[in-house]
Amino acid sequence: MVYDVLIVGAGVVGCSIARELSKYKLKVIVVEKGEDAASEGASKANSAILHAGYDPVPGTLKAKLNVRGNEMFEELCKDLDVPMKRTGSLVVAFSEEEIKELYKLFDRGIKNGVKELSIITKDMVKEIEPYINDNVIAALYAKKAGIISPYVFTIALAENAAQNGVEFSFNSEVVDIKRKEDVFVVKTPSKEFYARYVVNAAGVYSDVINNMVGAKPFSVHPRKGEYLILDKDQGYLARTVIFQVPTKMGKGILVSPTIDGNLLIGPTSEDIQDKEFKATTREGLNKAITVAKRSVDKFDVRKTITQFTGLRATPDTEEKDFIIGESDVKGFINVAGIESPGFTAAPAIAEMVRDILKDAGLELVEKDDFNPKRKPVIRFVELSDEEKNRLIKENPAYGRIVCRCETVTEGEVIDAIRRPVGAKSVDGVKRRVRAGMGRCQGSFCGPRIVEILARELNISPLEVTKHGRNSYILAGETKKFLLDKASELLKKEVYGNA
Amino acid sequence: MLNYDIVIIGGGPAGLGAAVEAYEKGVKNIVIIERDKYLGGILEQCIHNGFGLQEFKEELTGPEYAQRFIDKVEEYDINVMLETMVLEITPDRIVKAVNSKEGVFTIKAGAIILAMGCRERPRGAIMIPGTRPAGILTAGTAQRYVNMEGYLPGKEIVILGSGDVGLIMARRLTLEGAKVKAVVEIMPYSSGLTRNIVQCLEDFDIPLLLSHTVVEIHGKDRVEGVTIAKVDENREPIMETAQYISCDTLILSVGLIPENELSKQAGIELDPVTGGPVVNEMLETSVPGIFACGNVLQVHDLVDNVTAEARMAANSAIRFIREGGFKKSNISVKAGKGIRYVVPQRINVDNIDKRIKFRMRPTDVYNNAILAVKSGDRYLLRQKRIRLTPGEMIDVNLSKEILKNADEKEGIVFLVEEG
Repeated sequence: MVYDVLIVGAGVVGCSIARELSKYKLKVIVVEKGEDAASEGASKANSAILHAGYDPVPGTLKAKLNVRGNEMFEELCKDLDVPMKRTGSLVVAFSEEEIKELYKLFDRGIKNGVKELSIITKDMVKEIEPYINDNVIAALYAKKAGIISPYVFTIALAENAAQNGVEFSFNSEVVDIKRKEDVFVVKTPSKEFYARYVVNAAGVYSDVINNMVGAKPFSVHPRKGEYLILDKDQGYLARTVIFQVPTKMGKGILVSPTIDGNLLIGPTSEDIQDKEFKATTREGLNKAITVAKRSVDKFDVRKTITQFTGLRATPDTEEKDFIIGESDVKGFINVAGIESPGFTAAPAIAEMVRDILKDAGLELVEKDDFNPKRKPVIRFVELSDEEKNRLIKENPAYGRIVCRCETVTEGEVIDAIRRPVGAKSVDGVKRRVRAGMGRCQGSFCGPRIVEILARELNISPLEVTKHGRNSYILAGETKKFLLDKASELLKKEVYGNA
Repeated sequence: MLNYDIVIIGGGPAGLGAAVEAYEKGVKNIVIIERDKYLGGILEQCIHNGFGLQEFKEELTGPEYAQRFIDKVEEYDINVMLETMVLEITPDRIVKAVNSKEGVFTIKAGAIILAMGCRERPRGAIMIPGTRPAGILTAGTAQRYVNMEGYLPGKEIVILGSGDVGLIMARRLTLEGAKVKAVVEIMPYSSGLTRNIVQCLEDFDIPLLLSHTVVEIHGKDRVEGVTIAKVDENREPIMETAQYISCDTLILSVGLIPENELSKQAGIELDPVTGGPVVNEMLETSVPGIFACGNVLQVHDLVDNVTAEARMAANSAIRFIREGGFKKSNISVKAGKGIRYVVPQRINVDNIDKRIKFRMRPTDVYNNAILAVKSGDRYLLRQKRIRLTPGEMIDVNLSKEILKNADEKEGIVFLVEEG
């Protein structure tokens, strides 16, 4: 079987491209190292926002694709049933010097075509953000900015792509790619795939994948960002995404509500070498807290419910722009160095990659039966009592609440597992339905989710993992070690006497 | 809408104790709402003994202790709704709940008794840096896996925090064949009961490292180890003392938080120190007719005390139904030097016959100290105490006669003085 297009990576970029290509009569497969969409890289751990587009340098791909991508989210989120909110964003200034920077950003925004951008005075800032610190004197206000769950969006893209015929191969780390005549041979430890075109959307590993095929080399390095998530009772402290004036290391540490109502703080920004480094550090978390307190100092750090580290795929090219295009190896398309505003840009990147593939000779014939709508997701907590009752009557599993913090029902967990590109692990369930994402962080629902996963996937609870690979949750049955030890001793005795 | 005289939220020891007491006092139109598949609450997974010494004058396991009450609930045919989650309670005592049989339904309650218990603090709340692998879980979750589901969460274990559940699990996991490498406690003393330190750690040669904490978690997919370090007097880690312990599991026993999401929704005032509702001497919250008992009110050391508190809440609820309410509190109760909190937080002696029981915890360990109660400059009580420790709750009974000397403006203050 030769696929028309093989996409390496099931992050937001890979899944956006997959979903875009699923509109056409093509055989498409996404090959992903992790066990799920948005399970490994930047798409699961970022600032969870839609950038308006005033930050990138005018004329760059970042600028163009950010602004275009931002516009595309309304329709996409409607089709894919993904919650999104245009909260707007503020870049706050604490000094006259910084106000000058706001004007620079404003000018850039205008050049980039960002709509509904303005510079506002302290009074208006206070009106928009009542809990912001008093020493903020002005802000750049971008109404088009918004908040969204990046993994929910990515998973939704994957699901819809799968509904429309795209295949996914998870736990499939690409270890080699060779071009043999007209076809690429893509190797994973367990399988070989054949494809006419390869799209490299491998995030921090996109340089490694590029170099495998022998295309003109480039390098991408991880830029680490550490975050904290605070309890929902702190969520009221920010209504918009609150940035500070950017530096060359990025857009700085923000304070933002999340789409689920928590408060998000971060990211720090530190260049590192290790593409697998995903630990938080004492220094990093302290820095995120200290800098965030410059914008909003009323949050209570003791209300932190979790911390995480994300890695941006920062390109080492001179232009520091996204690397998107057909490489010098024909049919091998790079979509690399997609750091911020990559999430916002992803839908526009997908359109661009579609056109690149077309220019490279891929024939695009639209399907008659493309369904842009993902099967709607039932969110029990959002239903009216009548709707809840109707649902429970149809399926009693919706009457059993397994996650008390986020009010998630067993029905929702089962649905998350049974959907196309369904959840296979505790984290997979968590990212889809939020079970375990609340203030008790899975202490209550953990054992219940393990039980449901084991039952639905027809495996032993011992085989259930947190996030695939060796992330097993249970080490064995009770008494098993003692039995093993006893039989060992017994053997010794029996054979010892013999 | 359903109608009950008393709706009890939670079928653990507090809820069971309250239900049995209410029934025995003649209020029979009551219901227990429990989210799990069975009654008994957390006791069902506490298969160790040590329960019931005060209540039954004998030593029982958790399930045995619970069963004594469950048997009565069955004998009395008290209404129980299992696998039912309360979604909301309102100040006018409407309870909204859901289960898979009835769907979403509402109950009008004459009085409500909150008996939801507590939950454990997770990793995020204590900000341990490092990776996020599998193999990090709270002591209670570990206990559930081992004692109820029959699984071991890991083979080489480090326990952070020396709360009672952590201590119990150190022994339990050792008995199941796991190696507990250390129990690490950030404070210079354990917050667990002395008997647990002796019976669960010392008897099994498990080291208890006081004034130490976990400063980093290692491992990509599964925990591979933790770095621990000594802490200074401000509980800041001294990184020069850092040492690596290889392990596949980190169990957290770093505190219990009363579960008051429902109370908050109902607008019930919470005590920022206990995390439970602010109550008067009747165990009535700031919303009339809603009472609290057990770990939802304050985290207890002994289930026997939970039962006693539950009985009191039941009697108060009955009085509320019959008398329509209580006299407003006129004396505030405060924690002074050396005391972390006191429950109840406000009182009115006119509501009671004889005496009020106050429960509190000290902020630190004190030897041969004086426990004092003052109103303004005036001492109401001075009692010598050989040992006070945050791990063991203090009970103080004050008679109506003594409390009558309290000044309304000054309120009363509990404090620790040098002996």
